[in-house]
Amino acid sequence: MSQATGKSILEVKDLRTYFYTRDGVVRSVDGVSFSISEGETLAIVGESGCGKSVTSLSLLRLIPSPPGKIVSGSVLYHGKDLLKLSEDEMRDIRGDKISMIFQEPMTSLNPVLTVGRQISEVLELHRHCTKEQAHERILELLKLVNISEPERRINEYPHQLSGGMRQRIMIAMALACDPEILIADEPTTALDVTIQAQILNLIRELRDRTRAAIILITHDLGVVAEMAQRVVVMYAGRKVEEASVFDLFAKPMHPYTLGLLNSMPRLDDSSSKRLVEIPGMVPSMRTEIVGCAFAPRCSKASERCLLESPVLKDYGNEHWVACWNPVEVSRDKA
Amino acid sequence: MSNKQKQLLELKNLCKHYPIRKGLLSRIAGYVYAVDGVSFSIYEGETLGLVGESGCGKSTVGRTILRLIDPTAGEILWRGERIDELSRTEMRPFRKEIQAVFQDPYSSLNPRMRAADIVSEPLRNFEQLSQAEGRERVSELFALVGLRPDQMLRYPHEFSGGQRQRLGIARALSVKPKLIMCDEPVSALDVSVQAQVINLLGDLQQEFGVSYLFIAHDLAVVKHISHRIAVMYLGRVVELATTNELFEQPSHPYTEALLSAVPIPDPTRQRKQIVLGGDVPSPINRPSGCHFHTRCIYAQARCKVEEPKLEEISPGHFVACHFKLNT
Amino acid sequence: MINNSTMNRVDWPAQVSKIRLFLTVQLPALYKRYPFAVIGAATLLLMIFIAIFAPFLATVDPQAVAPLNRLKPPSWEYWFGTDALGRDVYSRVMYGTRVSLTVGISVAVLSTVIGLAIGLITGFVRWVDAIVMRIMDGLMSIPSILLAIALMALTKASIENVIIAITIAEVPRVVRLVRSLVLGLREQPYVEAAAASGTPLLKTLLRHILPNIAAPLLVQATYICASAMITEAILSFIGAGTPPNIPSWGNIMAESRSLFQIAGYLILFPSIFLSATVLAVNYLGDGLRDALDPRLSRRM
Repeated sequence: MSQATGKSILEVKDLRTYFYTRDGVVRSVDGVSFSISEGETLAIVGESGCGKSVTSLSLLRLIPSPPGKIVSGSVLYHGKDLLKLSEDEMRDIRGDKISMIFQEPMTSLNPVLTVGRQISEVLELHRHCTKEQAHERILELLKLVNISEPERRINEYPHQLSGGMRQRIMIAMALACDPEILIADEPTTALDVTIQAQILNLIRELRDRTRAAIILITHDLGVVAEMAQRVVVMYAGRKVEEASVFDLFAKPMHPYTLGLLNSMPRLDDSSSKRLVEIPGMVPSMRTEIVGCAFAPRCSKASERCLLESPVLKDYGNEHWVACWNPVEVSRDKA
Repeated sequence: MSNKQKQLLELKNLCKHYPIRKGLLSRIAGYVYAVDGVSFSIYEGETLGLVGESGCGKSTVGRTILRLIDPTAGEILWRGERIDELSRTEMRPFRKEIQAVFQDPYSSLNPRMRAADIVSEPLRNFEQLSQAEGRERVSELFALVGLRPDQMLRYPHEFSGGQRQRLGIARALSVKPKLIMCDEPVSALDVSVQAQVINLLGDLQQEFGVSYLFIAHDLAVVKHISHRIAVMYLGRVVELATTNELFEQPSHPYTEALLSAVPIPDPTRQRKQIVLGGDVPSPINRPSGCHFHTRCIYAQARCKVEEPKLEEISPGHFVACHFKLNT
Repeated sequence: MINNSTMNRVDWPAQVSKIRLFLTVQLPALYKRYPFAVIGAATLLLMIFIAIFAPFLATVDPQAVAPLNRLKPPSWEYWFGTDALGRDVYSRVMYGTRVSLTVGISVAVLSTVIGLAIGLITGFVRWVDAIVMRIMDGLMSIPSILLAIALMALTKASIENVIIAITIAEVPRVVRLVRSLVLGLREQPYVEAAAASGTPLLKTLLRHILPNIAAPLLVQATYICASAMITEAILSFIGAGTPPNIPSWGNIMAESRSLFQIAGYLILFPSIFLSATVLAVNYLGDGLRDALDPRLSRRM
């Protein structure tokens, strides 16, 4: 795995992104902080609605402005607050220093432009290349992402390519300008499992080659285990746990994390006992949540949990947990 | 196991080919070979898992068994009787015994019908019930699937995804079927809710002895709930075995690759991963011989030419490969 | 548990308070959310009221000819003035409401019912679909006004014939809408689930298909009503619609065509009423569309 140098390049502090809808205010991201170092792979994991995608979109200020709004917080990139930049300055950063790949390769590529045209658009915008220079670079990029017959592919349209290939094109576009940070929002969720293995493999190779930091958004803990060095667990718009990937899986401390790990059926588990369920369901984000968001479903909830929202505390080795009654022992491998 | 238990469903060489029409006169330009010669059986009280990636035909198999789609060729036998050529009316009585749970909890329930009516629809198709009797049966069903009976008169949009899936299960159970075809029943649900529904299905099987045809792409889920598993690739079954044997001794190269591709939530495990090259071929222009030969790391000359048949290599373990992996 | 027998008795105090609740709480809330639709509905109700109570609202007999009083401008005696024959325009406009609303609503209902029936069949029976849709496309390629005029030319002028002619012109649009909705609905998983449950085709139609096309159909019906009212006015204006002895807004305007420069009020008042009614129906339709669209309203 590539080594993180420890120098923090992006710091998110108390980010809050709310959506103002007719039925109320949806607090999608409600006070999230984390940072990422050079060359590090950080995974943000959680179920649907927890705010992980909205967090990543907020970093690049891609939140649709009504009804959404980044209400407060700061996103410090090399010390500069991205939330305070002008739209022009932001556009310079997107695709160049920080780029993003999305979940749906079918709809994230423009269907009426050829693949080559779309990649060259990125290059022309940020590197001010000529057509010939761009062409060379595009071929280089297509080879980098293991696309066969790159000369032919440059002139093909997205609908002529398979899902796996389209995702590779997206990765090529994202890496075109050698970004420092790559945000990957559920990059393999829509792909078949064998194709997913290919793409994850590719991302790992590219990571080693380009030393880019990666923020990986996913709901799949298996993908997290394979790819990430640090993990942030989100629930109902808040960060509930953060740790190194080894610590998280060996000693999950937040009841939600533990519940997630126990409720997943696993290939490496030979017993077929009943899965441990997390009762209830994710709370509605439309009402203000008092106290710990997970308390109604938590077997360890106490009075305090219902009244006071827990604060993040470091339990050693940068293992942060927001819980009044965290799990102390290491997980029971039943 | 198979001899003692009663055989409920048997598929013999099931085929479903969709014609592709092009041109002014709608000539047939080719076929989509969605399902191309699938055979397996399901016995009483067991769960047969059907796995494969997109385009392998597993959903089509499920729909064809339910006669939502008409097969192009092959036989479907239910308790010995052929049901593949029955008309819609003739098929009706069988619907009491074979039911379905669908993938999308949002579109598999009529948004303008109340939950109680949705759940009791199959029941009311076969029995005449008074209002009171109907309500009582629905109450029972709701309790069985873990829903509160006081929510009976609500509309689907008032339930969460997991609850809607429970409604779908309650609906399928209402006529006490012998087999329930579950088409990706948990794929659209969050992980924490998946466990609830998977447990529920297991509990119901324990209590009522209902069999499942569990169609899914998530191998870990299938492993957990199935007794036997069939792996499909491009319209054909490439391997069929008991769950334990499939995972411990996969004999088809595709199964092996599939198993190694699934990410495991354990960062300390370093596995040798087999990463398949290329993409899944189209079901229209399939590779010759063994369909998998274009991506198979063990492929030989014979594989390009000759289509391997499904053979029994050990009791209950079937593989369609010329060079079965032996461990 | 809800008990069936208790629900069958009529509870009068509860009904009255329901009405009060509606007027004091629900109506203002509706107005806040869909202001134009509520205004439209109120205007339409007013027109319906006028149509029903025209005999009481009119001040004189609308057909009464009084040549001595002809072409008088609006005054306290003749609120909307008088026309070339001395007839009271106000009373004629009141009675004219009946024609417009009758035609509008009848055409909307008839074309919806007929279009629904044809659309359902074409959505389910493929060979019928091929034939019928070609006919519908043919009908739709003729502008509906011309089609209505042509049909009226074949028969004598009467309100019934006007209704039939406009209905024929509007049916194809309904058929097309129903057909596309049905084709889409047939693929829905819950319709498949109904088939898997053993639900016979007819029951599937009634319980699954119809309720889910009712909303767009209702919205379409309001637009047809508006369109039909205008078409009737145009037909009457050119003399191909309502017989001249029955006052309709179009007729009133037609009779005064050559006089509008000296007596503009003759055209003004009927056209205000026509415009207001059509606008009201359109607003109502827009509001219904927004309220009933499943994507815009409730989420899970």
